[in-house]
Amino acid sequence: MNYLYYPGCSLSASAREYDLATRALMASADVNLTEIDDWTCCGASAAAPISHLLSLALSARNLALAEQAADAGQVLVPCSACYLNLKKAHEVLRNEAAGRAAINDALAAVNLTATGSVRVRHLLDVLAVDLGAARLVPLVTRSLSGLTVAAYYGCQCLRPYQEFDDPERPVSMEPLIQATGAAVHAWEMGGRCCGASLVSTQPEAGLKRVCAILKAARGADLIVTVCPMCQMNLDAWQAKASRMAGEDLSITVLYLPQLLGLAMGLDSDELGLDLNLAILDGFREKVKQ
Amino acid sequence: MHPQPVNALTTAENQHVSLDAVRTMVSACIQCGTCTASCPNALEMDLTPRKMWRLVILGRLAEVMASRTFILCSDCYTCTLRCPRGLPLTTAMEALKGIAFARREARHRSSRLFYETFMQTVRRYGRIRELAFMTRYFTAMKNPMAPLRFAPLGMKLMGKGKVEMGSGKSGETPLHALFDRVAALDRTSLETAAREGHR
Repeated sequence: MNYLYYPGCSLSASAREYDLATRALMASADVNLTEIDDWTCCGASAAAPISHLLSLALSARNLALAEQAADAGQVLVPCSACYLNLKKAHEVLRNEAAGRAAINDALAAVNLTATGSVRVRHLLDVLAVDLGAARLVPLVTRSLSGLTVAAYYGCQCLRPYQEFDDPERPVSMEPLIQATGAAVHAWEMGGRCCGASLVSTQPEAGLKRVCAILKAARGADLIVTVCPMCQMNLDAWQAKASRMAGEDLSITVLYLPQLLGLAMGLDSDELGLDLNLAILDGFREKVKQ
Repeated sequence: MHPQPVNALTTAENQHVSLDAVRTMVSACIQCGTCTASCPNALEMDLTPRKMWRLVILGRLAEVMASRTFILCSDCYTCTLRCPRGLPLTTAMEALKGIAFARREARHRSSRLFYETFMQTVRRYGRIRELAFMTRYFTAMKNPMAPLRFAPLGMKLMGKGKVEMGSGKSGETPLHALFDRVAALDRTSLETAAREGHR
């Protein structure tokens, strides 16, 4: 299997471990990733309010570069915000003549054109659908039985585009988690919002979302995420959320490919485990055995 | 530092951006309140989403702009998913943020500066660089206390080598030409819309 790879800004900085683990996991599953050369920011959630066209054009620039690649096929995107932005641009390019014209008017300024021929896929979509638990099971060399995992999907890989999972009661991670030998934590919070950038800009509102998720995860050994924003909200702000809740909400939070990589026997350096902000000692001991 | 304007919409000449586009998006609203019931942030909002859509339809711009409701939208798309009329409510929330920023509403200054300085960093480097972004943001805020809230997290991330310092680890692709072209295209479509509105 071959994919073009769009890491996005977070994966070269605050979410470096997500990038490391994604590459390591894919390499050991014989999936070939080719990073898009000279990719730039998708606009995050900041471009659209300032200009709808700017948001589309920033994402479409990356799709245009992907279309130029030798074996253009599909772009794999691990960050949910990047995924949604690229996907929106892709949909406009495919389905709206006026929008396609406006995007290409803008891209002409940087000598690029985009048609929407390259499909945009979230990492979870590729793991759950293309790779699948069945192909993962033979790769598991270290059972994670004894661990209970709370699968946290967040919003933007599920909504508004319904590509690979139920948008409100997501389940696509469950077979992957079970393939590692771990159990799935039963909860209702998998597709609820983490507060996104409100945790930085409006903390009194944003942190309440974080608290609700961390509280509901009680009973699990860890939470797994598939988005750098969700991960940061759930791990970096844990201490603050605990102070707000008046109780200790600390829990290990890993990216999904880190968990899968552990079960496949990849070592913690390859998976960037030292870069995580919330890995409890209890968890380290459990996975050592 | 003289940051270039991010886009035509944030220059002074467009103070009178109207609600028309958002009104069109939500005009079929039946006031059922599914959006409010679905919103994770509704309890923190001064107007419920349902009420705010009503004010938008009535064209009561001043009341909408005085509200924090649209600023508290965290783009979770639950209302968009559930709206029985299929209205693009999250996109409408985004558009309201844009109107408040273009009108330089004092109430939404710190949110505007966060978004604008983020985009200025993207314009300059092509990718987001946390250090450059936060420096610009705090400079624009002109509030010496602003960095304190982020300092502990910043130190933690730097300690882990998780802050892109711009020391040549990733390539630099300035996007001035793309931003300028989008600004020109946006200006043209605004002028066209204004002309048609006056007819």
